[in-house]
Amino acid sequence: MTVSVDLTPLTPVLEKYHGRSREALLPLLHKAQSIYGWLPREVQEAIGRSLHVPLADIHGVIEFYTMFYNQPTARRVIRVCEGVACHLSGSAGVMEAMETKLGLRHGETSAYGAITYEHVPCLGMCEHGPNALDGAKTAGRLTPDTVDDFLAGSYPEPRAKVYGKPLLTLKRIGEVNPLSLTDYEAHGGYQGLRKALTMTPEAIIEANKSGEILGRGGAMFPLGLKAEFVRAAPGSTSEKHVAVNADESEPGTFKDRTIMEEDPFSLIEAATLMAYAVGAENGWILVRGEYPRSYRRLRKAIKKARAAGYLGRNILGREGFHFDIEMRLGAGAYICGEETALFEAIEGKRGFPRIKPPYPPSSGLFNQPTSVNNVETLVMALTAFTMGLDEWRQLGTEKSPGTKLFCLSGHIARPGTYELPFGVTIRELIEMAGGVPDGKALQAVLVGGAAGVFIGPDKLDMPLTYEDARANNVALGSGALMVFDETADLRQALANLGHFFAHESCGKCFPCQLGTQRQMEILDRIANGRAKLTDKQTLLDVGFTMTETSLCGLGQTAATAVMSAIELWPELVSRVP
Amino acid sequence: MTKPITLTIDGQKVTVPAGTTIYDAAKAAGIEIPVICYHPHLSANGLCRLCSVDVGGRVQAAACVTAAAEGVAVKTQSDDVRRGRRTILEMLASTVNLVEAPEILAYMEEYGADTSRFDGGEKRTASVYDDNPFYLRDYNQCINCWRCVQVCAEDAQYAFALSFDGRGFHTQIGTFMGDGMTDTTCVFCGQCVGVCPTGALKPKRQAMLEQGVSPDEIFQQTRRKRKKKRG
Ligand SMILES: Cc1cc2nc3c(=O)[nH]c(=O)nc-3n(C[C@H](O)[C@H](O)[C@H](O)COP(=O)(O)O)c2cc1C
Ligand code: SF4
Ligand code: SF4
Ligand code: FES
Repeated sequence: MTVSVDLTPLTPVLEKYHGRSREALLPLLHKAQSIYGWLPREVQEAIGRSLHVPLADIHGVIEFYTMFYNQPTARRVIRVCEGVACHLSGSAGVMEAMETKLGLRHGETSAYGAITYEHVPCLGMCEHGPNALDGAKTAGRLTPDTVDDFLAGSYPEPRAKVYGKPLLTLKRIGEVNPLSLTDYEAHGGYQGLRKALTMTPEAIIEANKSGEILGRGGAMFPLGLKAEFVRAAPGSTSEKHVAVNADESEPGTFKDRTIMEEDPFSLIEAATLMAYAVGAENGWILVRGEYPRSYRRLRKAIKKARAAGYLGRNILGREGFHFDIEMRLGAGAYICGEETALFEAIEGKRGFPRIKPPYPPSSGLFNQPTSVNNVETLVMALTAFTMGLDEWRQLGTEKSPGTKLFCLSGHIARPGTYELPFGVTIRELIEMAGGVPDGKALQAVLVGGAAGVFIGPDKLDMPLTYEDARANNVALGSGALMVFDETADLRQALANLGHFFAHESCGKCFPCQLGTQRQMEILDRIANGRAKLTDKQTLLDVGFTMTETSLCGLGQTAATAVMSAIELWPELVSRVP
Repeated sequence: MTKPITLTIDGQKVTVPAGTTIYDAAKAAGIEIPVICYHPHLSANGLCRLCSVDVGGRVQAAACVTAAAEGVAVKTQSDDVRRGRRTILEMLASTVNLVEAPEILAYMEEYGADTSRFDGGEKRTASVYDDNPFYLRDYNQCINCWRCVQVCAEDAQYAFALSFDGRGFHTQIGTFMGDGMTDTTCVFCGQCVGVCPTGALKPKRQAMLEQGVSPDEIFQQTRRKRKKKRG
């Protein structure tokens, strides 16, 4: 089939990007795809010529990211979430209704090319499940009965669900117009940055250190130490970067989205504060491709902040303090949340994680010193700094001061983002969220997302602190807690997790590339009631091998939840008599 | 100058220049660590992880890309290390056709891999590409070691004809939109064929000989056509 492609609409886009290099590849592919709906050969060739990227490499990039298409695809893509939380809240029925209504199955495009239909991994809106995207429009709490409205475009987009006490970081949410800079300023916005400019960067880093904020993206590295490393790394401010990790794709996690959608200026201020502390002029925010609303709002907010002198040259009149932020939109790859894969994505490559060392503070984005920080980490640091570290340390526990965002989803009466001081127990959190609905008993909680561990009802009195988590062999990770009631089919949940990791393995190293596939196949078979006597040992060997020998954190945690479940409930993977 | 590094490998004390990998340090001490993707003349990417060793850390370390560190006690043959290797080999055996990869088959023996353990699992299958006069591409035998992609790009030729299709388990070496080699930027230097460890890339003459085609016929089919004059 040869279709001749009219390149006229692409020309102005190419002109706009003229002179740019490979780092502009992802934005340019997005732009081109918004024109054509997909990326025909001629379009790829034109982009390759323009950015001087080899055609084979462009092909490799498009093949890597699930939201780029090199086969005819509709401009309108309907994506239904197949994540664990959505499954618990009834996505199977919604999918069935969608498929009947559209006459399409996963991956198919309608006859006249109007609609493409897909099932996709966790959309990061678990508090609203079952969820779907219609192009860039979000929908939650879908039922088979509301599918018609959704497809007709008359279904409302969900609003943030925020709870907690004290609300420090989330205090503006629901109170302000997210896109009003005036509102933001009137509610305490930019007080932190103004305060920072009266201090030396070193003093701010000291303050960060005394706040004992650990990275909230999952790896729990101390923020103050990271800032110190970046500041101390050789290189001028124009050679250093602050890269905001807004790829939030850990199933069950949606706190960063809540911040970006409802209080985007806080992230911009927080990144600017970090830039001042570490001495970096270049800011980047990579938002996952499935967060169109976050992306739009942040872009608008950045423009406004720039126009008001909060970004750009000599910020707030401070001679020599320059900082600006460039946005990147991901395109469907969980692995791009891994910090070095994130750099590769920004650099316009396949999201393959790099071998560490070197670590980002000495060699990160474009092999230059980079502070890569999670959204929540930055915004929490801003909160702590603005309120004062003494007051911050009054909250939480000695070793885990301050507040943390928790994402509650699954079988829970009031799912949402909860801001609470460290030290509250899992039981208290669940009670605060209205408990397990319909009087059912709790069976399990998955703590830390797909890469986390299962706990049973006996662990509910564990305080949510880093020290208690460590003592109990649990990692708080991103702060996701997914609740399973007594009726939930944990075998099905494990199979679902298995699918997620097999879908998201980048394929770079053998143990994960092969292990996630084999793990998924075994878990599928078990969920279908066809367990073999050898399955348990095989799962343990595959899990051990992925954990111990994989190149990056994805493979190293791809079996964590499965192995925790086997330890608690060995009967799950045994042959049913 | 940075000081030399002293470590122990399987109980043996070894001193090497700073920056030496554990793999090279072991080699210097006469200890062979098994490798699949590693090639001494290409940049190491730490892909196969067969070289993983115990360094007393949170997880094992890939010897081919990990620098030797002062005082570390490396174990290259502990039960855990062997368990990882065996499982990687078992999973590999269930995924690709290794009949022409004798080194890997020898490792299977050495580590007691049960090659039928994952029987019934999905195999990575592909069609055999016979699209140029010089070599065949049979990705049923490809282990994704990246060597061909690397020599075609910055490690040697700067031709950039090869990249990847798909990702994860379904990653496969590919060309721009699946084009045949003669339609790509391939310059037929043959370096990819030279570094391929599994017979996935094979000189056409060799393949035809194996199939019993007569040498004359082979010559007719595979000789380099005279370059067309550029107009
Ligand atoms: C597979 C994988 C996915 C990750 N995804 C995210 C993510 O979506 N967001 C994030 O902030 N960190 C993610 N991380 C952790 C990052 O690598 C990195 O540690 C983090 O961005 C550092 O920021 P922090 O110190 O503020 O947490 C991921 C790590 C792995 C291994
Ligand atoms: S562990 Fe998985 S995601 Fe990470 S490099 Fe290896 S294959 Fe890629
Ligand atoms: S074709 Fe050969 S050299 Fe290339 S990745 Fe496959 S096994 Fe390695
Ligand atoms: S030889 Fe070290 S990872 Fe392959």
